[in-house]
Amino acid sequence: MYLADASPIPPGISWFLLLAPLAATVAILLHLHRKPEMAMFASVGSAALCFLIALVVSFDNVPPPAAWTWIAFPGSDSAPGLNIEIGMILDPLAKGMLLIVTGVGLLVHIFSIGYMAHDPGRGRFFGGLSIFMFSMTGIVVATNLIEMFLFWEGVGFSSYLLIGFWYTRDSAAAAANKAFVCNRLADFGFMIGILTFWKMMGTLSVEPDKLAQCYYKNVLPSVHNILGNGQLPNLFAHVGSVEHMGGVIYGQPALLTFMVLGLFAGCVGKSAMFPFHVWLPDAMEGPTPVSALIHAATMVAAGVYMLCRVYPLLILSDFGMDVIAFIGCLTACGAALIAVQQNDIKRILAYSTLSQLGYMVMAVGCRGPAAAMFHLSTHAFFKALLFLAAGSVIHALHEEQDIWKMGGLFKKIPLTAWTFLIGFLALSGFPLLSGFFSKDLILAFAYTHHPFYFWVGSFTAFLTAFYMTRLFVVAFFGPPRTPAAEHPHESPAVMTAPLVILAVFSVVAGWSFGGYGIGNYYHLWAINQLNATGQLLPTGKYIALPELPGFYGWVPSMLVIAGGLTSLWLYWDRSTDPLNIRILAQKFYFDEIYDRSLVGGQQRAANLLSWLDSWILEGLIIRGAAYVTVGIGELLRLFQTGSLQAYAFILSLGGAVVIYLTLFTH
Amino acid sequence: MDALFFWFFSFLMTLGGLGVILSRNPVASALCFAFSLVNMAALFIMLGAYFLAAVQILVTAGGVMVLFLFIIMLLDVTVAGKAPRQKTWTGFALALGLMFIYLVALTLNATPRGLVPQNTIPLETYRSVPAASAISSGLVDDTQRIGNRLFTHFVAPFEITSLLILVAIIGVIVICKEDEPARSSRDEISREAPPIPREKETALTP
Amino acid sequence: MEITLDHYLAVAAVLFVIGLMGVIMRRNLLIIYMSLEMMLQAANLTFVAFSRFFNYPAAASKFYDPADGQVFVFFVITVAAAEVAVGLALIVALYRLKETTQVQNLTTLKF
Repeated sequence: MYLADASPIPPGISWFLLLAPLAATVAILLHLHRKPEMAMFASVGSAALCFLIALVVSFDNVPPPAAWTWIAFPGSDSAPGLNIEIGMILDPLAKGMLLIVTGVGLLVHIFSIGYMAHDPGRGRFFGGLSIFMFSMTGIVVATNLIEMFLFWEGVGFSSYLLIGFWYTRDSAAAAANKAFVCNRLADFGFMIGILTFWKMMGTLSVEPDKLAQCYYKNVLPSVHNILGNGQLPNLFAHVGSVEHMGGVIYGQPALLTFMVLGLFAGCVGKSAMFPFHVWLPDAMEGPTPVSALIHAATMVAAGVYMLCRVYPLLILSDFGMDVIAFIGCLTACGAALIAVQQNDIKRILAYSTLSQLGYMVMAVGCRGPAAAMFHLSTHAFFKALLFLAAGSVIHALHEEQDIWKMGGLFKKIPLTAWTFLIGFLALSGFPLLSGFFSKDLILAFAYTHHPFYFWVGSFTAFLTAFYMTRLFVVAFFGPPRTPAAEHPHESPAVMTAPLVILAVFSVVAGWSFGGYGIGNYYHLWAINQLNATGQLLPTGKYIALPELPGFYGWVPSMLVIAGGLTSLWLYWDRSTDPLNIRILAQKFYFDEIYDRSLVGGQQRAANLLSWLDSWILEGLIIRGAAYVTVGIGELLRLFQTGSLQAYAFILSLGGAVVIYLTLFTH
Repeated sequence: MDALFFWFFSFLMTLGGLGVILSRNPVASALCFAFSLVNMAALFIMLGAYFLAAVQILVTAGGVMVLFLFIIMLLDVTVAGKAPRQKTWTGFALALGLMFIYLVALTLNATPRGLVPQNTIPLETYRSVPAASAISSGLVDDTQRIGNRLFTHFVAPFEITSLLILVAIIGVIVICKEDEPARSSRDEISREAPPIPREKETALTP
Repeated sequence: MEITLDHYLAVAAVLFVIGLMGVIMRRNLLIIYMSLEMMLQAANLTFVAFSRFFNYPAAASKFYDPADGQVFVFFVITVAAAEVAVGLALIVALYRLKETTQVQNLTTLKF
């Protein structure tokens, strides 16, 4: 994909990546939501067009089009200028992500044709899907952080629309609100991070060549160029960490850490890291294609993508990277633990998504953005596959989602069952499937960084295998536990075709042939990116992909198989759950804690304000003013006695006073 | 001599005034007032306003006060002592009165003192001047002078005052007229409906 | 002692104040009216006093004559008489309405 010769295709074609889904949305909004078939056609057509353009752009090396400047204020010596443009980056990172997003998106669109065939609101659904495609593509190709933020909010909005698609259900409406509020809260941190970025770097642009310049704003040009031989002079050996190439950070380190944490806050919200993860399981209230596309494959991966986009600057803060790695690790392990005791098929998959996102973020924190992007790509395939297959199962059983009410489905819906099997094996990291390669790469980076992350990551792999096997065995094997499970019907071809395609990709995505593979692709990107900032060459670290030494290479695979076998032994042919770990089933009580503290606190603040409003504002000030006026009136009323003599007296008194004042004062 | 008369008459006049406001019997008040007016007429005479003294006694003491007495008798006013005691304004009135006295004292203090009739013609010389040249030389008595002014410069107010008296007469008659009962001079045939009985207005009707 | 203008003015003022006190103090409507009349007569005394003490024949002209004070008293007496007549008629009408001449019973203007 690094063809050097220019392409005959005009760069303007890339604008249709954004314009096609936007046009579909506008058409549906204005008219087509009343004609569901037309809406479906418009939406699926725009998704197909996007995928086609993404293919052309990627394989034909089309350069990005010229950006359109929206706001441009020139800078001065003391303040950076403001230059917000709407443009597109088409570097390898963007192209890879673009293919994933448009490809998986197209498959989900096709699946939705079958899944939503009987829903009266499906025109609105496809409108939501189109606006999501528009916003997600925008995040992928954004050239500056403000443009990315605009599309960031766009995906949040479309997620809100789609989670609350069945808005008459209270739980769905509440879940939509919860998702939006969690995201908004984290986006506040993201905005602060963006502003700090602007202050530190003097620009909002995150284009790859500009990032190198930004890096050098805050680090003394590394000395290795002066010496010319890649060796570090002793003078700088003790300063900073090795990753900074012995250069001295002279931009304020505290502010740089603040910036990194701010940008990470955006990822925490969008990619649902602890403690902002609470919205993702509830987001399963939306239709299953939504869960597949938005909450598994693409939107939640946007956080990881953003981190990879600004990766050269994240490195500037060691503490920030440690925080990123730790939270990623915490999320991975915690979510896996919770998933062990969940009973709703979509919830289990949601927590597994959380866990895998934790892996990706941990990879970024362990200095392995290539591994994170690799896992993002493979995860998109098998997670979308799993969700769509789960949707197929739910559809087959007439909207039943509790796994303890299923059973014996393997023989009855074989196509769904086999694709589900492939997906779940890929997720667990079964050797030679795609998940195995990406997960092992992450664990390799983790091992190189700090053994703690390796061991926790491996334990999480064990748990992943455990709960996914539990899911598969309970749902697909054993006797049917309810009458509905006795007669499932296989889904139509329009729904099973995407499953098969995704299953194929789940198998092959990890393989590389002669240096061409997804993993190598991202690794090359990472090397080029970091090379531009001079971070790689002098140390030689990360030039080759790290490998787990000897015995450690076998640990993850062994744990995976062990987890699978344990689960098989525990759950084969059971009708109830033998394990009953309350704290895991209650999701570590996060929702209850939030309800008590945040919601309760806000309620108390609202009560205080209400008290202030009714007693002080209304009672004291408004009614008080009224009573003062009435009181003065009552006072004046005392003068109207009706007594002639009182009047005469006051009259004479007034006359005397006037005479005195006239005659005897100046 | 002059001073003696002045003090005598003013003392009696003040006494009469006090009698007006302090006596319980309204008839006694009216008579005290008349007495006070007579003493004021005496003061007028001392000031050389003979005509006005006579007019004062005739009109005010003889007409106005008699009218007052008529009305007092007509309304059959009881002696004030038998009425239940209400909150009176005595204290306030006294304070106010003293305040006014103080104001007057201040004013008199501020004006030039000891103004006596200067360059005035002594009263005795009026009679010794022949009538023809009296007016041009200003040596006429006060009646002529009043008449002179009244019918030359003040003729308009004079006529208007007569009109005012006419209006007052008519007004008094109208106000004091009682509501006449419906006359029964109409014959029985032309009477359409019985007249609506008019409610007698009392203090209690809203 | 020499009786000057100030003495007459003081006497008139005293009579005026007595009348004012009567208006405020007494409860009988007729007595109040009488006191009001007394205030008018005090003013008359003042006019006559001024007329006597500013008796400058040299200043006499078409527009001012020392007798003008007395002319004014003439008018005051006339108008006072007319006013008393009308006022007493009103009191009589009021008495017919309210059957009382005590001023504390006449409080329909009380708010």
